[in-house]
Amino acid sequence: MAGSGNSEVKLLGAWASPYVARARIALNLKEVQYEFLEEQFGTKSELLLKSNPIYKKIPVLIHDDKPICESLIIVQYIDEVWVSSGPALMPADAYDRALHRFWAVYIDDKFVPSLFGMMRAPTEEAKAESKEQALASLQLLEEAFGKISKGKPFFGGDTIGYLDVALGAFVGWMKAFEEMNGFKLLDDAKTPLLCAWAENFCNNEVVGAVIPETAKLVELAKVMQARFKSAPPAN
Amino acid sequence: MAECDLKLLGMWASPFVIRVRMMLEEKGLSYEYIEQDVFNKSELLLKHNPTYQKVPVLIHGDRDICESLVILEYIDENWFGIGPPVLPATPYERAIARFWAAYIEDKLLLSFIGILRAATEEVKAEKIAETHTILEMLEGAFKKCSAGKGFFGGDSIGYLDVTLGSYLTWIKAAERISGAKLLDETKMPLLVEWEKRFLAADCAKKTLPSVDQLEKHARNLQVTRWKVASAN
Repeated sequence: MAGSGNSEVKLLGAWASPYVARARIALNLKEVQYEFLEEQFGTKSELLLKSNPIYKKIPVLIHDDKPICESLIIVQYIDEVWVSSGPALMPADAYDRALHRFWAVYIDDKFVPSLFGMMRAPTEEAKAESKEQALASLQLLEEAFGKISKGKPFFGGDTIGYLDVALGAFVGWMKAFEEMNGFKLLDDAKTPLLCAWAENFCNNEVVGAVIPETAKLVELAKVMQARFKSAPPAN
Repeated sequence: MAECDLKLLGMWASPFVIRVRMMLEEKGLSYEYIEQDVFNKSELLLKHNPTYQKVPVLIHGDRDICESLVILEYIDENWFGIGPPVLPATPYERAIARFWAAYIEDKLLLSFIGILRAATEEVKAEKIAETHTILEMLEGAFKKCSAGKGFFGGDSIGYLDVTLGSYLTWIKAAERISGAKLLDETKMPLLVEWEKRFLAADCAKKTLPSVDQLEKHARNLQVTRWKVASAN
């Protein structure tokens, strides 16, 4: 049953969404064949509303007609179902797994809001605050990487793991913000381990195929910023 | 009780702590419980959870595990096969359980605390309606997850049972203070039945504070921290 080429896998998503990127990277690492159904920016399809009625958000993984929502939940699901395909995303040891999960929660709780906070900030002051929080989060993640990777290239060790996917899916947007704001989020001086990690992560074939070009994200960010300024944010 | 080098930093009224205690109880794992003053944080808490400085923290030998849902998964994986399972057996059921736990975390606490913090009758009514909507969703979740059995976890108390169950005394306290029925047998009959079953279990009896205690605590928070008048 699990991992059979006959099971139908669809992913509802959008090219620019880092949450969707998590799911896509996981599917690619596990060599799962799937149909990517692109949602149009600003609208929600019937299928999305039906598959995720509570949050109406992407990504949604639909496996044999069963929807699974929330990016980190999807990544764990992929790891558990396609267990014999590709390397394990979650580490084997229960404590290492707890560390991966803890820092993934931290990323969603503290890092991501501050990253996008810089874009949405209504004042220079608010923007500076978000920037501080983003840099502080990355400093903690740098320390965590030192402990968790144990000298290897990824949080997952020799291969890309759950926490690599959780953070790495945002590298495209991080580069976009660096370009737009003229400062480095990942800095050789302050976060050397994460700098090396980001390069290794993006150099991976299946990741490279998913993370959008910085220029395209910058363009999209400018469009979104204009929208935020002209109307209160929806969703 | 299985012996192991376990300590839990907690606070008696915190649902996040209570759910961890419930699961440790269900699994028959013994531990040293160390009550924390969350408004006056101890060296121990700062040392074992430097990132968030919050309870619960499970200290297992030289390992610190933080965040209640992460702790529950750790308990499941580290003591798999001892006592009942925490998470369900299949990947899909696990994904559903994790989804609803995240939903509960996202919505429920804010909603009933919102009732207690409401400055006007209007806002209070809004928050009560919101809580009903959330509990109605969870009624549906229970129907799906329990598949006709007594608990979200099926035959035994599991991840989703303790995640929601840890809020039950808070919900009762909010009902008393606001005068509104939140877990309403006409709107969510399955959950009301589940609540009775759950509260009869040892893990609930041993870890949930009394409604009197929590009502007093909540009223105190209303006055001292949330600056709203405590209703009669």
